[in-house]
Amino acid sequence: MSIIRIVDLMKRYDSIEAVRGVSFEVKEGESFGFIGPNGAGKTTTINILCTLLRPTSGRAFVNGYDCMQEASNVRASIGLVFQETTLDNELTAYENLKFHGYLYNMDKRKVEQRIDEMLELVMLHDRKDDIVKTFSGGMKRRLEIARGLLHKPKVLFLDEPTLGLDPQTRSNVWNFIESLKRKDGITIFMTTHYMDEAERCDRIAIIDHGKIIACGCPEELKSEIKGDSIHLETEDDERAVLELREKFNIDARRLSNGLIFNVDKGDAFIPRIFGRLSTNILSVNLKKPSLDDVFLHLTGREIRDYNDGNGGMADAMRRRRR
Amino acid sequence: MFSYKAIYVIVLREFKRFFRQRIRLIVTIARPLIWLIIVGSGFSKIINVPGEISYKQFILPGIVGMTILFSSIFSTITVVWDREFGFLREMLVAPISRSTIVTGKLLSGTALSLFQGVVLILLAPFFGVYVSALQFVWMFFLMAIVSLSITALGLFIASFLKSLEGFNIIMNFVVLPMFFLSGALYPLGTLPAYLHIFTFVNPVSYGIDAFKHVLFHDTGPLIAELSFTLDILAIIVFSMIMVILASYSFERRE
Repeated sequence: MSIIRIVDLMKRYDSIEAVRGVSFEVKEGESFGFIGPNGAGKTTTINILCTLLRPTSGRAFVNGYDCMQEASNVRASIGLVFQETTLDNELTAYENLKFHGYLYNMDKRKVEQRIDEMLELVMLHDRKDDIVKTFSGGMKRRLEIARGLLHKPKVLFLDEPTLGLDPQTRSNVWNFIESLKRKDGITIFMTTHYMDEAERCDRIAIIDHGKIIACGCPEELKSEIKGDSIHLETEDDERAVLELREKFNIDARRLSNGLIFNVDKGDAFIPRIFGRLSTNILSVNLKKPSLDDVFLHLTGREIRDYNDGNGGMADAMRRRRR
Repeated sequence: MFSYKAIYVIVLREFKRFFRQRIRLIVTIARPLIWLIIVGSGFSKIINVPGEISYKQFILPGIVGMTILFSSIFSTITVVWDREFGFLREMLVAPISRSTIVTGKLLSGTALSLFQGVVLILLAPFFGVYVSALQFVWMFFLMAIVSLSITALGLFIASFLKSLEGFNIIMNFVVLPMFFLSGALYPLGTLPAYLHIFTFVNPVSYGIDAFKHVLFHDTGPLIAELSFTLDILAIIVFSMIMVILASYSFERRE
């Protein structure tokens, strides 16, 4: 069963089309990664799904409810963890969660019990009555996840959940998210622009310039890239390139340090070149395709090319809306 | 969905924040006393008015009005604050209607201002004003509707403000003129005619005038200048208009 269904979604801001005809489905219980560079339309799509934004056209359903017509039901079905923290720094961890429980119309007794459970789960139980201001970035993120889960949502939306966290905390947050999925069977919908994180999702969709350019499980998408890439350093690179063309019919590219080429089953290919190149090989490096390569293959650009740039479209939109 | 539980917790949060920030509590009590000492005692030396009300007594209703004005505007600035720090989104994505959020913010702003007003009335003897039980009940009612009207005005303004920088402009061009043109520091009659227009659209003027009706029964140039009925009607009408505008604007913008 599809817990999220998006059909031909479009969103236009004045003259800019942030989302241009997006369709996809997310199955119940899977972790779904929504990948793309900044400004590709990720946040716009997520805002439409959580009923904060009305699309220009198209439809979106969460848990069977229409995001436009049944916003209240949609909101009760989802938990959200935003890019920026949305905790009240002046309140304690407990108070932040209690606030949330009451906003979601939970019973007093049920709230108390659920808060204890959730704080236990995110390992913040001993900090229950501490003011959130004193928490570290990772603790705040964990508390937000606990809050997002407090009202037992069907889908947990995570918008760049590891942005701005150090590598160790990032990996902690990830382990935690994965255990959640295993234990509670909750559907996880997340955006990220870290491709290595996207690899850990069951399925991903890649969005670029407001359009879905690929959708499937990471392995599937990677298998579309023909072969592995092999990076070779030799004593005489020029001769190596020539011989690769003559003997193996392979077009290798010269780099400043060595040469690079793609072949199917690179691990089996490597032993073959040793005997047949007349120049000495200094180093061999085999690289299996990554999602970065998928992105590069589909768009002709590296995803970080624009992540290093200044913001992009969605950020500009966000700034305007604030 | 309109949710009473949500309103309760929104109000609870504002009170927690208020009492947790000790400084706000201290300011609540210290500010009127500072005005009493600095403005009250200073002006009463140079201002000599006939009648039975001293200048020190005269500024009490004005200081009550000022406290409510500042407190109500400040409490709605928390909406801008919440927006800036993201907390507003937590409320916006909850399964509650926008009108629940507006009601929660109006109630908490009103209640906090009213609380500070009551503290001031308890401090009234320092101003040489002694308040009877009936006067207290009247003051309670009046302070409540004045608080509501200004909180609603503040919420209306806050729905436009995108950042806290805008707050300074509001302080200088809206709040301070409202205070100075309210009859808090000098009778409205002493203002030149062209400024009178502003006092007539200023809810604080009516509020302070109504406070004077309740607190002073004496004669002289420092007593209330408008009719008590007009005061109450004006405040209620202003509140209603502002509540409608604030709700409409908040719902449209968020």
